[in-house]
Amino acid sequence: MADMRTPLSRARGLGSAKKGTEHFWMQRVTALANIPLTVFLVGALVVHAGSDYTTMTGFLGNPFIGVIMLLLIFSACYHMRLGLQVVIEDYVHGEASKLLALMANQFFTLTIAVACALAVAKLVIG
Amino acid sequence: MSEQSKPARPLSPHIQIYRWTLTMMLSILHRATGIALYAGTALLAWWLLAAASGPEAYAQVQTVSSAWYGRLVLFGYTWALFHHMFGGIRHFIWDTGRGFDLKHVEILARITAFVPPLLTLGVWVAAYAYLGVL
Repeated sequence: MADMRTPLSRARGLGSAKKGTEHFWMQRVTALANIPLTVFLVGALVVHAGSDYTTMTGFLGNPFIGVIMLLLIFSACYHMRLGLQVVIEDYVHGEASKLLALMANQFFTLTIAVACALAVAKLVIG
Repeated sequence: MSEQSKPARPLSPHIQIYRWTLTMMLSILHRATGIALYAGTALLAWWLLAAASGPEAYAQVQTVSSAWYGRLVLFGYTWALFHHMFGGIRHFIWDTGRGFDLKHVEILARITAFVPPLLTLGVWVAAYAYLGVL
């Protein structure tokens, strides 16, 4: 039986023509954002390497620091989700295992982002 | 495509047959440090959640982070961050269409390979000096 569907309807849902460069673009946007944010994190780690609990929570409880930490968390988690997605697509060839690995990647990065963000929120607000 | 069947045509040799080059090593290291940084965010989450949980939970983090293996992980993580960052900057330069000739590829490769370890060392010497350990 002949396929009555139009070429457009067959292509629909298989990836929008407008999203082809989104992965590449967001990978670069988050990469650029990660540069100053990471330098900040390393600097904070160095200065607070020996800090006690009160000093550390006081530092992380500062709203200005909290904003930077949240931006770092979201940018880094977005970036690493894109990065590991490519690694999985390169090395995992079985269809089922690839889909499961891609989902695990989504779950892991979102879990890390939510956990870190909640912790920072509690340190700043609570 | 997804089944691993052996095609009846000659295959191009895989990486182990080629002469090892710095650019090749950096390509592999960029991916390896990326994966390591990915896994290491679990430690970042642990650190932040512990700080948000209270003094006892935070004390557990400090026990690990001040032990020799904790310091080794922090040192390694700092290097992975710098290495991946320098690799990324190298890619940004390539994105502009510059630096593809062999001379500049080699210069960029050397910077990416050798500056991050020095920076990492400098950062932790500064940290321990700041702590008064050195």
